[in-house]
Amino acid sequence: MESVVERITRKHFWKFHGGIHPPEQKFITNHKPIRHLPLPAQLIIPLQQHIGAAAELIVKAGDYVLKGQSLTASQHPMAVPIHAPTSGTIKAIKLAPIAHPSATQEPCIWLTPDGLDKWRERIIREDILQLTREQLLDIIAEAGIAGMGGAGFPTYIKISHQTPIEFLIINAAECEPYITADDLLMREHSSMIVEGIKILQQIVQAKYILIGIEDNKPEAIQALTQATAQLADCYLCVLPTKYPTGGEKQLIQILTGKEIAKGTLPVHAGIIMQNIATCFAIANAVLDDVPLIQRIVTVTGQALDKPQNVWALLGTPIQHLLDQCGYQAENNNQLIMGGPMMGFSLPTTQIPVVKTTNCIIAPTEQEIPSGNHEVECIRCGQCAEVCPSLLLPQELQWSAKANDLPQLEKLNLFDCIECGACAYVCPSQIPLVHYYRVAKVDIKQQKLQELKAEKAKTRFEARKLRLEQDKRQRELKHQQAAEARRAKMNSTDGDNAKSAVAAALARVKAKKQATTDTSTTNDAIAVDTENSIAEQQQSQVAAAVARAKAKRLAKQSQTEQAPEILEKIENEPKNTKSNNPSQDSKLQTDSNSETTAEAHHTVQPNTVDAVAATLSREEKIKLVIGKAKQKAETTQSPLTEPADAVTTSIASNKQHADDRAQRIAAAIAKAKAKKQQTEKQ
Amino acid sequence: MSIVLAIAVLGLMSLVFGALLGYASVKFKVEGDPLAIQIDELLPQTQCGQCGYPGCKPYAEAVANGEAINKCAPGGEATIKKIADLMGVDVQPLDESHETNNLPKVAFIIEQDCIGCTKCIQACPVDAIMGAAKQMHTIISDECTGCDLCVAPCPVDCIKMIPIEPSIQHWRWDLEQISIVNVD
Repeated sequence: MESVVERITRKHFWKFHGGIHPPEQKFITNHKPIRHLPLPAQLIIPLQQHIGAAAELIVKAGDYVLKGQSLTASQHPMAVPIHAPTSGTIKAIKLAPIAHPSATQEPCIWLTPDGLDKWRERIIREDILQLTREQLLDIIAEAGIAGMGGAGFPTYIKISHQTPIEFLIINAAECEPYITADDLLMREHSSMIVEGIKILQQIVQAKYILIGIEDNKPEAIQALTQATAQLADCYLCVLPTKYPTGGEKQLIQILTGKEIAKGTLPVHAGIIMQNIATCFAIANAVLDDVPLIQRIVTVTGQALDKPQNVWALLGTPIQHLLDQCGYQAENNNQLIMGGPMMGFSLPTTQIPVVKTTNCIIAPTEQEIPSGNHEVECIRCGQCAEVCPSLLLPQELQWSAKANDLPQLEKLNLFDCIECGACAYVCPSQIPLVHYYRVAKVDIKQQKLQELKAEKAKTRFEARKLRLEQDKRQRELKHQQAAEARRAKMNSTDGDNAKSAVAAALARVKAKKQATTDTSTTNDAIAVDTENSIAEQQQSQVAAAVARAKAKRLAKQSQTEQAPEILEKIENEPKNTKSNNPSQDSKLQTDSNSETTAEAHHTVQPNTVDAVAATLSREEKIKLVIGKAKQKAETTQSPLTEPADAVTTSIASNKQHADDRAQRIAAAIAKAKAKKQQTEKQ
Repeated sequence: MSIVLAIAVLGLMSLVFGALLGYASVKFKVEGDPLAIQIDELLPQTQCGQCGYPGCKPYAEAVANGEAINKCAPGGEATIKKIADLMGVDVQPLDESHETNNLPKVAFIIEQDCIGCTKCIQACPVDAIMGAAKQMHTIISDECTGCDLCVAPCPVDCIKMIPIEPSIQHWRWDLEQISIVNVD
């Protein structure tokens, strides 16, 4: 298989798919030399003129700057500086519409030229071969050179790749109609261009240099042939004219037969492409220390009296260029920046020339009709035939109109180079590229939003996680603190606390027992002078047994002799008062009921004696009477009552010895009252 | 006889497939609610809580369980349409209780007014506010989702929401806007 170079030497180039042959319209300007314009009254220099980041401003309003002086500087790799196109005073730094279809206001330096055009100090470099690759790259970066073909990618980044380069392709195709800026540059400055190519070659060390130029520029071809005659491994490739030969991917395909895969750069395939105007700018920067402060702009269109290529300082308002070229506003329907195929309409003439401005077209209505004459798509398929990127413009159009962004991506919308060939051939005059541009921005916007949403989500979730962790830690801390407290209580003061609690419990228990004791039986307390619980319990048991006995006896006595006793008690008190009480009582007990006496003795084995010793006879009698009465009552009351009644009355006797008599009397009275009640019932 | 055979065969087949399905439902069980995850991906993730849920994911789960799909104010009509497509329900207009203006916004702290109370920091769902107690706070505008949640807690009202100005990066081609200009 023959190599790329062999094919090139035989002028046997590859072809790309599609392409169109629009009217070239280059005759308007390609026979006139490049004109130098008088200085405009005002320069408006946008801070950002290339793809990437804007550099930082290092001048301020009121500063006097010299021609070629840096206005911005940055360490950012994607930022290249801008320079003062002429000497003058910085009037202001404020917003101005820039060279963008939106005419968005962006920060610009407003420079008022002083007319002296005074240069800063320059270093003329004689022997560039002594310069290292890094030095050259620095010079190119410092000169603010960005791709001048249209995209404006910072040049030094493009050529600083360390990968081995097979082909250095110089793009001189200039395929778009009307534009003759590169053509004229090649005719007038071919030697300088070749110097630039040499510098590039010194940096990238490519195996071959290929210069791609369309065959509709014979004078430029001749000039370049002469200039490159001494250049080794340099092939001037004269290509058949077809739009868009000048597209990066298309030119690579024509010259090398390689297709650059989606998502990769030409440099990955060992290819670097530079525009011919960029080569000229590089030569100027390296040899003459002239930064990128001016460029050739084709000012053309039939609404101009004197259409011509002009050297325009960067920042020159379009209005100034038009004025210099005999602009007839009444014949003009629109202003186009860039070529007729890929350019955009300008909303105002105060937009400045920037590094990528290669053409201004002021056409008449007959020349380029304005307005939208779009009709329905007739599905002729011509657009697909001419698409150099092998896309399906018709399908893309449907999806773009339906705003079906995922489908657009599936149809590889981003491989569209926006060459406009499809719109050119469309019989329905559908502005296809406009739809694609809108859709592209939409997709980018959506991607940006998705990215932002994703970021927000991650941040939100990270925050949630963090808060949860904090909460958990807090809880853990609290738990630990509580445990520590507990442990402290158990270990150091634990014994005291425990004993204190135990003591308290014991106290409560004792109290409870004491109350039960006092309530149950008087004699228990009387007998048990000791505090020991066991003994108390023993006595309790004994008392309980005694009570039970008493109850049983009481029951027996109640059933058998209660009425007799009652009678006796009712009748006897009068006698006992006057007579010998002891005898009477004795008599009572003897005669009336042995069982009652017995019962009393069994109930209160100790106490009755004790009480008897202390009590007077009278009291004793009363007591007995009371008891008897109570017993009589119990005939109608529940069985448990009599014993209780006895015990309470005795208890009160024991506990309150002083008012014993009173209490006994009260008890008697109560008993009487009760008896009366029962009788009534 | 043939009927019995047919019934037997079909019965056997149904048993086999039933067993297969049963096995598959155990073996390939999907953890979580796949619908909620899909809805969550459609939501704008501003975590603004305007829907009444504490974040986008809870709302996505609620929508998956039958909540109205028209409560996401930052997402607006586009999000409602996407959720409707996903769920197979009708598109509803945005809930009336929400403001329809869902232009992208970003919070801004008037720094000389800030007293450094950290209340906005606690309110921010995406940690987009920098600051410390008694130190001036500031918004990390790249991370701000414009959810408004920091505005209310500010005791000195020093936070305002600024609409994001369209720049070249954000600019959208407007075919109608590019009009013919007669330059005179």
